[in-house]
Amino acid sequence: MILSIAIKSLNHRLTAVLLTMLSIIVSVSLLLSVEHLRIQAKDSFGRTISGVDLIVGAPTGQSNLLLYSVFRIGNPTNNVSWDSYQALAKLPSVKWIIPIALGDSHRGFRVLGTTNDYFQHFQYGSKQPLVMAQGTSLVSTFDAVIGSGVAKKLNYQIGDEIEMSHGLADVSFTKHSDSPFIVKGILEPTGTPVDQTIHVSLEGLEAAHKSESEIHEILHQIEAGEQVDIDVDSVTAMFIGLNSKMQLFQLQRGINQYKKEPMLAIIPGVAFAELWQLVGNVESLLLFISALILFSSLLGLATMLLTTVRERRQEMAVLRAIGAHSRVVFLLIQMEAMLLSLTASVIALVLVWLGFQFGAKWLSAEYGLFIENSIFGLRSLAIIGIVSGATFLIACIPAISAYRQSIQNGLTSK
Amino acid sequence: MTTKRWSIEFDNVTFGYPNQNAASLADCQSLTIDIKKWQVEENQNVFISGQSGSGKSTLLNLICGTLKPTSGTISILGQAFSELSEGKRDRFRAEHIGVVFQQFNLIPYLSVKQNIELAAYFGKGLKIAPSETIINICNQLNLPSALLQKPASQLSVGQQQRVAIARALINQPELLIVDEPTSALDTSARDSFMQLLMDSAKRYQFTLLFVSHDLSLAHYFEKHIKLADINQAWEASE
Repeated sequence: MILSIAIKSLNHRLTAVLLTMLSIIVSVSLLLSVEHLRIQAKDSFGRTISGVDLIVGAPTGQSNLLLYSVFRIGNPTNNVSWDSYQALAKLPSVKWIIPIALGDSHRGFRVLGTTNDYFQHFQYGSKQPLVMAQGTSLVSTFDAVIGSGVAKKLNYQIGDEIEMSHGLADVSFTKHSDSPFIVKGILEPTGTPVDQTIHVSLEGLEAAHKSESEIHEILHQIEAGEQVDIDVDSVTAMFIGLNSKMQLFQLQRGINQYKKEPMLAIIPGVAFAELWQLVGNVESLLLFISALILFSSLLGLATMLLTTVRERRQEMAVLRAIGAHSRVVFLLIQMEAMLLSLTASVIALVLVWLGFQFGAKWLSAEYGLFIENSIFGLRSLAIIGIVSGATFLIACIPAISAYRQSIQNGLTSK
Repeated sequence: MTTKRWSIEFDNVTFGYPNQNAASLADCQSLTIDIKKWQVEENQNVFISGQSGSGKSTLLNLICGTLKPTSGTISILGQAFSELSEGKRDRFRAEHIGVVFQQFNLIPYLSVKQNIELAAYFGKGLKIAPSETIINICNQLNLPSALLQKPASQLSVGQQQRVAIARALINQPELLIVDEPTSALDTSARDSFMQLLMDSAKRYQFTLLFVSHDLSLAHYFEKHIKLADINQAWEASE
């Protein structure tokens, strides 16, 4: 009964109620998205690479190496020589080694030069290997294997030609024309940056940087079925898998102190943790700001209700006259606050869900963040619970004021 | 001696609001009500007159139980009302006492029917009051059934006053308290309102306590009490 009075009372003051509700919707949406992004980003980060014991690159920051080698974010500062790659590959403790070369792009997607070891040994998620959806891995110099996201976005099929440009921009001035890579394989979706990557052979990538006439020559040689020898000078980074974890720290120290060339070896898990500390601080700050915004809009709710308490003296006197306890007055104000806040929270939840439904693609394409839209979860429920709790506490201000007023005035409404 | 049944009994009742300008504890309370002995017989129609400031609304709040006397006892319908807890007084008021105010008797955003139902809810715990009863009472008060679904704020003052009576009558109260109900009505509306009120009192057999400063209404009632005559607090301060 009191609930239906509360609903009708809110309905009676619709404009003020809607404005207050809007403010709560915005703040709860913000809180929900920040929290969801926080958890999802951490998950997404953690699942991009698995089973790799060491990442080796030119000396730089630990996080920087991780960012450009795994997430393809930012640009490598320097390369590692081919000799060092071969020296590492020969070590008895190294089970497998994947060289990668970065720096080129095709229509906004990163091009990564590597060997077939990549498709064999690279793992993501919980030790899941890469699976070829169609076609084969790299055989000839100008073969390419594309991620599922690339195939979908650019609508590429097996046998399509790919042109490369230097740098990451969609339209680049230095296009390596006449370097016709051909799509030979398409990978299954992984939910990692692999989906957004075009994989080619190291030799192919090297050849693409040669002059037009040289490329023509190489193409002729391939057509004639001759063996093509292209020297690869350097790679950007290497992923290493070890025979035994026992050798991990020993090898890491060995690489970091390598005399012939300065190099940096990082353990992915450790680098993740460090990177996360960095990002985590920013996120805690964002969360804190969202909480403050929520607090301010709940204060707005309390203010709105408090102003109405004075206007509603007569209404309260009537309620008291027909036998309502002053508790009912308290309850009525509280219910109005809770109704408003809960409705706003539910609307916010739906809005955030819609937002992620449409925004997830953009986030994955733009930032390599793979957001699962699991917003209808326990965590969101907990947040809405907290919002409701905060609403109750703040709404005590107008509710107690109305309660006191009704005790003081009794049936007198003047 | 025949034992009369009293609807309202005041026994050495005093009441004072806390004085905000109190210099010392001694005069921290100035009495608003000081009634030694006052009784209202069951089913009697009583007119109480008094100037504004004579403690009328305080008296009303005391009889309705929204205020508790500083000392003394108030009994309503034989029950030592002022001794009950606040919650029990609220329940008692909901079940046994009907109240009609000067103005603003209804919750503006509820329909007429919902306003009446709400009283039935507090009085009898009925989630939905029987529609026939509501329609019957409204018909007796010259309220067409078409009005029932209208929001209370769309009614004329006269209609609102009649709905207020209907709302009070839904719980068949033993005591109906009416506070300056006619001051917002014009003469003809006032006369028909008074007629309806007196008819209802006869039909439903309740004690009627009518508070007003308009002495021209006194002739409708069996008994006329000047508040100043029973309230010694007011006399003293005069």
